[in-house]
Amino acid sequence: MKQVATSLRQFGQINRRVWSLVLLLLVLVLVTVMSLGTGGAHIALGDVIVHIAQRIGLSGSGIDAFDGRILDTLRLPRILRAIVIGGGLGLAGAVMQSLFRNPIADPGIIGVSASAAFGAVAMIVSGHIILGSFYPTIGPYGVPVAAFAGAVIATAFIRILSRQDGQTDAAIMLLIGVAINAMAFAGVGVFTYMADDAQLRSLTFWQMGALAGNGPTDTPALIIMVLGIAYLMSLGSPLNLFLLGEAEARHLGVEVEHLKRRATVATALVVGAAVAVSGIIGFVGLVAPHLVRLVTGPDNRYVLPASAICGAIMLTGADAVARIIVLPAELPIGLVTGIIGGPFFLGLLMREKKRRRL
Amino acid sequence: MSLVANKAGFVVRGRHLLRDVTVAVKPGEVLAVLGPNGAGKSTLLRVMAGEYQATSGTIHQNGQDVSQVAALALAQTRAVMPQAASMTFPFAVRDVVALGRAPFRRNSTRQFDQKLVDHAIRLADIDHLADRAYPALSGGEKQRVHLARALVQVWGMNNPETTGRLDHERDGKERFLLLDEPTAGLDVSHQHALLAVARREAHQNNVGVMMILHDFNQVTAYADRVAVLSAGEIVAQGPVSDIMEPGLLSSVFKSPIRAIDDPAGGFVLVSHGG
Repeated sequence: MKQVATSLRQFGQINRRVWSLVLLLLVLVLVTVMSLGTGGAHIALGDVIVHIAQRIGLSGSGIDAFDGRILDTLRLPRILRAIVIGGGLGLAGAVMQSLFRNPIADPGIIGVSASAAFGAVAMIVSGHIILGSFYPTIGPYGVPVAAFAGAVIATAFIRILSRQDGQTDAAIMLLIGVAINAMAFAGVGVFTYMADDAQLRSLTFWQMGALAGNGPTDTPALIIMVLGIAYLMSLGSPLNLFLLGEAEARHLGVEVEHLKRRATVATALVVGAAVAVSGIIGFVGLVAPHLVRLVTGPDNRYVLPASAICGAIMLTGADAVARIIVLPAELPIGLVTGIIGGPFFLGLLMREKKRRRL
Repeated sequence: MSLVANKAGFVVRGRHLLRDVTVAVKPGEVLAVLGPNGAGKSTLLRVMAGEYQATSGTIHQNGQDVSQVAALALAQTRAVMPQAASMTFPFAVRDVVALGRAPFRRNSTRQFDQKLVDHAIRLADIDHLADRAYPALSGGEKQRVHLARALVQVWGMNNPETTGRLDHERDGKERFLLLDEPTAGLDVSHQHALLAVARREAHQNNVGVMMILHDFNQVTAYADRVAVLSAGEIVAQGPVSDIMEPGLLSSVFKSPIRAIDDPAGGFVLVSHGG
């Protein structure tokens, strides 16, 4: 009897987790449709739905050609960027929190985002000096590649510095990340100081984040993000063991150093690519996994996919807000996630504090 | 086939934590490791588990050098109960225990895992905690959770409720259970329950059990053989009855230890300071 009750309860639990994933996906679809209907040009929600139906072949007749073009060429690509970047950041945050066994780890906090921005800013300001005559040919790809290189180098640095006797101490790793964060921001500051007026405008973009994108030059970065996301998604089970501790994970059959190397490189790729496309967007990687754990519990097999979806929802939503709140201009998305995410995270922490009370 | 350290040494920045340690954990037998603080007991356990790599000598498990065996293959034949495992994420106790089934993810079924987890939870006496969040438990309760986790791992694909063929009879690979101060933080009755569980794994399921203990009388009561470690070297090892005598223990622990006749039979070892 007791066993029946146990298995029934567990069945319920699994169902609940699966249902929460389905629910999150539905919310993402909803937010996407609503975001399509939001912006400077007024397009009614009904029109958006008719347009989507026509696009996927469900309906023969479309909507006004001009509105259709706005949706197809302006809003949709932007929302897709938001989904991929938000998903990547949410997932990267969840993976890092497990990897460092610390609930406050996040690509922003350990300096990966800042280092990527440093790479990008260095390229914007001094690219024509470093690359010389190659600058025009490499041109628009230079900045994303530099962002990317910044993220990878920072991650490698953190890993090398925190290794000792063949082991890595997660707490030291986190603190080294904090130091790197400070140095990267100082570097960004130096280049900002050196920049001329035209460069300053694009620098602001790197520091505050924007989803406007850089056209087709974003494609390689977005593809890399999708691949990285797919790989990170598969790490749920080993990362669960990691939460017990590195030695325990090894005792339970995880090749710990392999996992750490692959997971940190994949997160660096995803975060570097995200910064390359949109600049620094904070808090998504921190808040999305926390929010998700409230519903699914700490099991990474559910937390990872759910964090990705939740990150996508958050960024798509924040982008819709950014587009309409200061019409006809738009607010940098990083400011929106900071303004909403900061207090929200504080709220979560207060809740956690209360929970830990005896 | 056993788990054997052969002249194993472990040196960190010139400090010899282990020197020429030769010791064997044999299937069906409980080996207790005894020694003063800092003698290198935990280091030895970690070296034998493949967590640290011996800087000299070798560790062989079932005839294979552990440093050459993949972590997953090791995990399927050897479980470790750590001294202290922290976990800040609020997993339910049952889920922490179930993590012990991870090495068998590909060969096991959910129902089978469930059965083993339930069984281990009963043995470790944590039924009443099964749905609680792990981080909220006390130190002793956490120890019992990790005992249950190590048990579901060392059971492998054996069914605890039937007496079918055991895994090692099927694939010829012996199983080992390493416990690092398993009684630390436990109350007396749970200490005995845990030691009895470990001994039963050895005597009934033919597991090779190695455990670090501090209490002389628990060693005499539950172990078959004992190895005494001091300053990184084995100073004595053999059957419990040969080693557990006051003279040898007094000199190793630098504290007078006496054997007192127990009215219930045998004797107890007592230590009194100075």
